[in-house]
Amino acid sequence: MNKPVSMAARALQHRSFVIGAALTAALLLAAALSLVWTPWSPYEIDMAAKLQPPNAQHWLGTDPFGRDVSALLLVGARNSILVGVIAVGIGLSLGTGLGLLAAARRGWVEEVVMRLADFTFAFPAILSAIMLMAVFGAGIVNAIVAIGIFNIPTFARITRASANVVWSREFVLAARACGKGPWRITLEHVLPNIASVLIVQATVQFALAILAEAALSYLGLGTQPPQPSWGRMLAEAQTLLFQAPLLAVFPGVAIALAVLGLNLMGDGLRDLLDPRLARKR
Amino acid sequence: MPLLEVENLSVQLQTQRGPADAVRALSFSLERGQTLGLIGESGCGKSITALALMGLLPEGAVLSGSIRFDGQELVGMMDGALQQLRGNRIGMIFQEPMTALNPLHTIAHQVAEPLRLHRGLGRQAALQQAIALLERVGIADAARRAHAYPHQFSGGQRQRITIAMALACAPDLLIADEPTTALDVTVQAQILELISELVQERGMALLLISHDLGVIAQNVARMLVMYGGMVVESGATQRVFAHMAHPYTRGLFGARPRLGALRGERLTTIRGSVPELVDLPAGCPFFERCPLAIADCAVTRPAASELGPSHQASCLRLEAAAATAPNAGAPV
Repeated sequence: MNKPVSMAARALQHRSFVIGAALTAALLLAAALSLVWTPWSPYEIDMAAKLQPPNAQHWLGTDPFGRDVSALLLVGARNSILVGVIAVGIGLSLGTGLGLLAAARRGWVEEVVMRLADFTFAFPAILSAIMLMAVFGAGIVNAIVAIGIFNIPTFARITRASANVVWSREFVLAARACGKGPWRITLEHVLPNIASVLIVQATVQFALAILAEAALSYLGLGTQPPQPSWGRMLAEAQTLLFQAPLLAVFPGVAIALAVLGLNLMGDGLRDLLDPRLARKR
Repeated sequence: MPLLEVENLSVQLQTQRGPADAVRALSFSLERGQTLGLIGESGCGKSITALALMGLLPEGAVLSGSIRFDGQELVGMMDGALQQLRGNRIGMIFQEPMTALNPLHTIAHQVAEPLRLHRGLGRQAALQQAIALLERVGIADAARRAHAYPHQFSGGQRQRITIAMALACAPDLLIADEPTTALDVTVQAQILELISELVQERGMALLLISHDLGVIAQNVARMLVMYGGMVVESGATQRVFAHMAHPYTRGLFGARPRLGALRGERLTTIRGSVPELVDLPAGCPFFERCPLAIADCAVTRPAASELGPSHQASCLRLEAAAATAPNAGAPV
């Protein structure tokens, strides 16, 4: 008889997951590294060294103000992750809470929660974020709040759908037959059974949050100078596209790799955590 | 005062084709320590009756009539009060042991749940009692196996675990909804024996629901035969088996394959199939499939006639039924 394959072993065999996890790990390491060391300070302006191509001193070159591009990328990674974690955290906690409430209560509570979610989805996210920034001002905090607000209905919907499936399963009926109330059932039976779905969704939303932050910063509404941001680096590189094209390439590649890595890891996690696929191996 | 008294219980369910009566005017009573069987085909309302007693009907179900448990009226009771009774004074065993256990919790956790909920026991005390319960229901090496997960047990063992869960708080009434239908025949016998032993040992009342005549014959003192949400015949098990009065009961008995039958002999069946709930006729629910039906059967709902000290049947054609042999279902 075959020994059951452990989750770790299966994870290492899954190509998407390995590549995605590696890229995500690189992203996190870059952000962590930036806390203790960067090749140059990302804030130091050195007009004598401006617009240099990659060379021995500045490995990825310098921007129009002489700041080292690699330092800017490292610290920008930190900001991207910050936005991702907090915004997804907002969506995960409030959205999941609302979804669980809707599934436990059913009736008009469920209707209200779902219609609020539909209402929020009706607005294009980036445009609404821009509108919010116009009212409340630009900056990283407002960007996080705006992106977080749009994560809430996503998590609410997916939580409610998964929770409803769990509520209809017989072990929940058996738990009710033992006298358990709906709150204990939600926490002890429903939530553990939908955790894997939420983890996968959180990974995907993280990638989207990074993209959203880049978009807002590109428009000048997100992270404000002098804080480095990948999106703003793209905006600044736009006018200089024919003089120093690499200035656009590096932050663009960074964004692409971060999003790709998170998406691949999310796909991999979905496969690994799906119990039906698990039995095939 | 009987432990359980059900009077005129009706359950209306919302189906895709409109509201349908799943249970109609059901009445029975059960004393402490008594056993009662509910037999009928799929779709006759047996499981809905069990769920109605527990207050676990699906959304949109309308319950009317009266269910008195130890003097308390359960119909219309708030869910919070019903939660106090479920798992505590009324225990329930479900049909599918594969799905009645949460795959993410150990069996010790699940058996201890009712104890922690209703008796307020701490983790260690509940664990000790859970292990004792598991030993009683026949899980070998219970102290070690208690920390295993449901998927590590066989179907028969899982059903034993759900029995342990149902009995944890020593309920007065045990409802077993087809507890052996999903199990192998050899395991069926063991589980039924276990349930019988426990019922006698603890003086519990037992409501056993099944579609298998053999299961009913050996395990309950009284029985109700249900069809289309109504009781068509009821009485002491011995009596009903000896003097089947209702055409449906006769059809059920006649439809059993017999061991001594000749090769090539066709099985007798009850012609037709169980109608959907919304399509039940206004009169007797068995009207369309009954070999003895007359025009009046379609419109008049027959009242229960006393056929003996503890034997009743609801049929307009009881004399005609008595005249025919038991195997009198029309061969298909």
